[in-house]
Amino acid sequence: MARTKSKPAVGRKRQPKGARGTLVMVATRKGAWLYHGDAARKSWRADGPHFLGHVISHVVLDPRDGRTLLAAAKKGHLGPTVFRSTDLERNWKEAAQPPAFAKVPAGEQGRAVDHTFWLTPGRAADRDVWYAGTSPQGLFRSGDGGVTWKPFSSINDDPQFREWMGTVQDGTPDGPKLHSIIVDPRDGAHFYIAMSGGGVHESVDGGRTWKTLIKGLDVVEGFGFDASKPTFHDPHCIRICPSNPDRLYQQNHCGIYRLDRPSDTWVRIGKSMPQRVGDIGFPLVVHPHDADTAWVFPMDGTQVWPRTSPDGKPAAYATRNGGKTWQRLDDGLPGSRAWWTVKRQAMTGDAADPVGLYFGTTSGELWMSRDEGRRWACIARHLPEIYSVEVAAL
Amino acid sequence: MKVLIPSALRSYTERSEAEASGATLAAVLADLDRAYPGIRFRMIDEQDRIRRHIRIFVNGDQVRDLAQPLGPADEVIIVQALSGG
Repeated sequence: MARTKSKPAVGRKRQPKGARGTLVMVATRKGAWLYHGDAARKSWRADGPHFLGHVISHVVLDPRDGRTLLAAAKKGHLGPTVFRSTDLERNWKEAAQPPAFAKVPAGEQGRAVDHTFWLTPGRAADRDVWYAGTSPQGLFRSGDGGVTWKPFSSINDDPQFREWMGTVQDGTPDGPKLHSIIVDPRDGAHFYIAMSGGGVHESVDGGRTWKTLIKGLDVVEGFGFDASKPTFHDPHCIRICPSNPDRLYQQNHCGIYRLDRPSDTWVRIGKSMPQRVGDIGFPLVVHPHDADTAWVFPMDGTQVWPRTSPDGKPAAYATRNGGKTWQRLDDGLPGSRAWWTVKRQAMTGDAADPVGLYFGTTSGELWMSRDEGRRWACIARHLPEIYSVEVAAL
Repeated sequence: MKVLIPSALRSYTERSEAEASGATLAAVLADLDRAYPGIRFRMIDEQDRIRRHIRIFVNGDQVRDLAQPLGPADEVIIVQALSGG
């Protein structure tokens, strides 16, 4: 497959053509907030809380119509659902048939969705198609804009996948998850998924069959884990480059990786990170126009995995050359004693030039940079723990 | 029969009491869901298990089996147990 690369055009407008403003969607452990920014991305108006008291894992705007929002919710103790608004958050309606596993025959132990974790809209050509990843690991598809959801039996009920998924005890602290659902913008039948734990998988036939994609990825050392088994792989976040869909980046439990298709072997690019910081973390953001540029937000992954900023000094790191070198970006961030970090869905970038970067912290702060990470400013404080941040031009 | 609805589920019923009919608890919940679409899935998961924080009482006794027979004079009370932080 050919690989193309485009650098940001000189003189491009700050916002995509026709954009009136910016919408930042913040999902938290206790509800969702929307932040409306002006065209310059300098002033912000808070709208919320929405769903106060409910666990919101992800809020995503449908890029195909610019007005439909989907929110992945766990309603307090009342189980999982998906909410949908077709008028940009003024009214929300619950999915008529939320993601749910197939019922098993009597006497068998079936799984129940604890929460929907990840939402991905389909391609522009596949109007009203959405994909959802759940905890425990499951993949679902909606063909009607998120009103009803159908399970992918090829993953959810497959004995081999079920073995790779492990049990709730094997997963992340908030439950094992299926995430990073990536649809190839050139081919709606080609997609990638990741499971924590359970590895990375690819389908080229719309999800009918799957192939593992874990070559080159490390596994935790010292326990004799077999790196050829998806069970032992924990991808944290995978992103495809919009300017070159043959390139993917991955922030993994064991480091930062890059994959250039058609190769099926990931290359660890995080070893060039400073040793005192390491290359462990959760989120990863790719540049909308330059496939050599990506950002990560490292965390302390030593010993007991504190999941805090290394040494209490938070910083993003950027590569401008596909991972050969990394630059620390902490101007404006706390210089010390900041013991928060950023979850896998809680960092994103817009499509403006220069790119705006946004992240939410585990301590409930929302930060942004209008200049690709050179200078950071805090938009909001005192929110609940932030689970995801998404941005869209309106 | 009368079904008492906990506050967390009143976004569906908009009241604290609802009327539903059926010869078993499963049938009553299905009838309730016809009147208030989506409410059953908030209490019962896709494997027909009562969700972890939901308790259902019939005439004051806790019921764990959806096949429990019910009569028209029975009173069903749905309770949402609060826990966690």
